[in-house]
Amino acid sequence: MEWLNAIVQGIMLGGLFALFATGLSLAFGVMRFVNLAHGDLAILGAFVAVSVTSALGLNPFVSLVIVVPVMLATGYALQLGAFNFTISADPLPSILVTFGLGIVIQNVLLETYSADSRGLDVGSIEIESIRITDAIAIGWIPLITLIVAVAVLGALQLMLSRTPLGRAFRAVSDDPPTARLMGINDRNLYAVAMGIAFATVAVAGVFLGIRQSFGPLDGPAQLLYAFEAVVIGGLGSVWGTLVGGLLLGVAHTVGGQFEVAYGYGSGPLVGHLVFLVVLATKPSGLLGRRAE
Amino acid sequence: MTLLEVRGLDAGYGDFQALFGIDVTVTEGETLAMIGANGAGKTTFLRVLAGQVPTRAGSIVFDGTDIAGVKAHRRVGLGIALVPEGRMLFGSLTVRENLIIGAHAGRPGRWDLEAVLDVFPLIRPLLERPSHVLSGGEQQAVAIGRALMSNPRLILLDEVSLGLAPVVVKSLYQALPALSEGGATVLLVEQDIGQALEVASRLVCLLEGRVSLEGKPAEVPRSDITAAYFGLPAGSGSEASS
Repeated sequence: MEWLNAIVQGIMLGGLFALFATGLSLAFGVMRFVNLAHGDLAILGAFVAVSVTSALGLNPFVSLVIVVPVMLATGYALQLGAFNFTISADPLPSILVTFGLGIVIQNVLLETYSADSRGLDVGSIEIESIRITDAIAIGWIPLITLIVAVAVLGALQLMLSRTPLGRAFRAVSDDPPTARLMGINDRNLYAVAMGIAFATVAVAGVFLGIRQSFGPLDGPAQLLYAFEAVVIGGLGSVWGTLVGGLLLGVAHTVGGQFEVAYGYGSGPLVGHLVFLVVLATKPSGLLGRRAE
Repeated sequence: MTLLEVRGLDAGYGDFQALFGIDVTVTEGETLAMIGANGAGKTTFLRVLAGQVPTRAGSIVFDGTDIAGVKAHRRVGLGIALVPEGRMLFGSLTVRENLIIGAHAGRPGRWDLEAVLDVFPLIRPLLERPSHVLSGGEQQAVAIGRALMSNPRLILLDEVSLGLAPVVVKSLYQALPALSEGGATVLLVEQDIGQALEVASRLVCLLEGRVSLEGKPAEVPRSDITAAYFGLPAGSGSEASS
């Protein structure tokens, strides 16, 4: 029963990983852009929520109404003002620029908020849960996180497959020069995609902050998990991102259960192993598009 | 009425200059065929008109406005549509989506999905398929249809016949009069001279990035076309026709 519980909790944790990975997957899918500052942006989103909640006395969930648009605008502006100049066949400039951005964000957060750990307080719901059996209970916060992750990814998939904007995203992803022939302004579209990516990672950051304490330097670890989720699920695939996140979450909790039951093993380690196995046997990811 | 007037156009890629002082005028409603050997600069010329290759010198006046500095994504809204060499359909879009995206920033006009399907009935049963499973001829029909969806005033066709069976090429060319009747001026680039001259009201021949001959197909002797195409010592009459 402990193992079943580990799997159930893993699926819940996977919701958070999937939420983290969404923006990374979208940016890569639309413009082959690898954003190494992604984890730091999640932490930035969480800190913005800290400021908003303390200044306005809002519940962290409600603060999303402010945090998400702020991050969306930031992503849009950063893409137009900086990232667009790094997009080329050579991935190195974008990697260097976002690596640098990550360091800048970490240091600005350290200066502004100090190195102390913070948390986002949503009240008693944090410790409430739904009891399924004697051994299995699902916390409300992890459940809400999973539901939000599925909703965000579902909305993203609908947008990509059903709307003119999504059609333009897919066309630009296929072939930017020909997309321009259709009158699509690819640079502006990239900025919209980055805005959406920032918005989703801000949601992920706020949920992380509700779930656990966080500090200014926690970004890179989140980036690693997001990367693993994206690669496991398949680069640029929306549902793959969800599957990757859930699988990674289960790997973490099953690894943790190993430690409990046998005294060795660890969650992140098993997660890394799953990532390695997928990378070695199916480099395009479980639901990824074939390599082009 | 003059729709497009290109004067002294230079263009190229990096250190390589592909076009040297090109002068070409396109009159509204005509079908102009640009012929020339491989590497003569035909495709580059179309790509310059569509904004995919920058203008180095000279002017491109379209409907009274110099568009040499206008970005590629703004030109379709002005009424210039390119059917690129190699079709370049969007592989992750269905045929229907490929057609609809042609109207993304286009102009209002008579061309819509139904009108395109009337001209190319062969693509009607393929609408929901991914475009990458289509045959070359079907893809070419979709590519032309996609350009029509923007209701262009000037449609640029690059090597429609490339890599297609003669019977398929014939059927595609049979659709060209419908384009003109729909109000579009056609500028087509071809290596298949015979096919091009059948539909063209005027021809321009490029040789190594320069205009080597210009005239009406009926008035220019075949020997002059051959000379201008291959850069042979001009036969009699090539000067007179230019």
